[in-house]
Amino acid sequence: MRPFTYARPDTLADAVALLAERGAEARVLAGGTDLIIRLRDGSARPAVVVDVKRVPELAPGIRVGDRGTLVIGATTTMTEIAAHPLVRRDLAGLAEAAAVVGSVQIRNRATLAGNLCNASPAADTAPSLLVHGAVVVAHGPSGERRIALDDFFVRSGVTTLAPGELVVAIEIPAPEAGRIASAHQRRTRRRGHDLASVTLACGLDASGLARIAYGSVGPRPVLRLDTTGVLADAASSDEARAPVFETIFADASPSARSMRAGPEYRLAMLRVLGRRALATAQARLAAGE
Amino acid sequence: MPQTTLPIQLTVNGTRRRIAVAPHHTLLEVLREDLRLTGSKECCLVGECGACTVLVDGWSVDACLVLAVEADGADVLTVEGLASPDGRLAPIQAAFLDQGGVQCGFCIPGQLMSAHALLAEHPHPTRAEIEEGMAGNLCRCACYEQIFAAIGQAAAGDAPDLGGLGAGAHAGGARAGAKTSAEGLDQ
Repeated sequence: MRPFTYARPDTLADAVALLAERGAEARVLAGGTDLIIRLRDGSARPAVVVDVKRVPELAPGIRVGDRGTLVIGATTTMTEIAAHPLVRRDLAGLAEAAAVVGSVQIRNRATLAGNLCNASPAADTAPSLLVHGAVVVAHGPSGERRIALDDFFVRSGVTTLAPGELVVAIEIPAPEAGRIASAHQRRTRRRGHDLASVTLACGLDASGLARIAYGSVGPRPVLRLDTTGVLADAASSDEARAPVFETIFADASPSARSMRAGPEYRLAMLRVLGRRALATAQARLAAGE
Repeated sequence: MPQTTLPIQLTVNGTRRRIAVAPHHTLLEVLREDLRLTGSKECCLVGECGACTVLVDGWSVDACLVLAVEADGADVLTVEGLASPDGRLAPIQAAFLDQGGVQCGFCIPGQLMSAHALLAEHPHPTRAEIEEGMAGNLCRCACYEQIFAAIGQAAAGDAPDLGGLGAGAHAGGARAGAKTSAEGLDQ
């Protein structure tokens, strides 16, 4: 690994000032499960590594904020998210997604903000957070701003964070139309620590709005809504749902160059996982889970 | 110019250590090369094989993906800390031997640390819990069934020796609590 300067700011102001001052020379270190691999293979060559784990505002933890918003601290690990009773009760799809990221050892380090800021198209927490309407809380030189997660991803490795901005927390607003029942599904080549070949979440509420979000089939995770009520209706037939799914999955554009799975397989599995996640979300909505 | 070294202190297997580390050195490198604890193995270096698994504040981690400076103030348990100071093996170690879980042995330190963490969280793990808990540890000799049997044996027998040297695995996510047990042992 190439030498670098290590900084461990104690305050948000110091962290933001350092990131703003050093710009592209600096890289943020949270759980390190991606960054340290990149530092070792030379694909990231920062002069300064800024460890944000001791900034109090980014501390791990899940709490209920104003108006019933669930607030997840930036450095909360996948292990903590997957085990948290509020997440398991209200954001079942997110709990399922966090539970399948990497292995135990990876989940004990990998953070939610890191998963989002890497902006991998295959990020497993992204689809569930998208169907729950998650908002990224960022802090930068010009203060704090909130970015809808759907406006956060640009392409692999690129987000709409401005230079010097840092993710402080991820907020999941209390849904306006009653609770959203969600479910996550994915395919990998093998269990344990593979990246998703397809990752997908479905969210339903009592109003009949269905949200489907999917990743690893294009440059960024995609969120699509079904306002026709066809998907949400437990009584609708597969024949009725098929064209709705086709519209929803029209934005999938899997690369033919990916090592993990071919485009035909990914597109086929997208439809299978869509049906499975929908069925689980419907059952959860009906059961009040 | 990058920093050359930074002073850190950490508790390793119950002993408080104050050392100067290079910022770009991982916890694995410092354990093996600075502290000469060569039980933790360097293998894939991308967090897939688990040969470098150690416990940091009770959480199992791949030591190749943690900078040593990140472990400043932490309580680290390596495979060298599993057995009693008098050399008596921990139940999970004895069970690995009983069940023939060790062939070439290279992955075993990491397997033991993951098994140790698993048993701390699930004292009587189901087959599914064992498979999930051990999914981050690969064995080229494919001793998986013997390793799973060893975990079953350790779970069925006496409670695993989680007291160890104080840096035992967390229970139920009590990460902060894991540190306190070792505080008194470093003097």
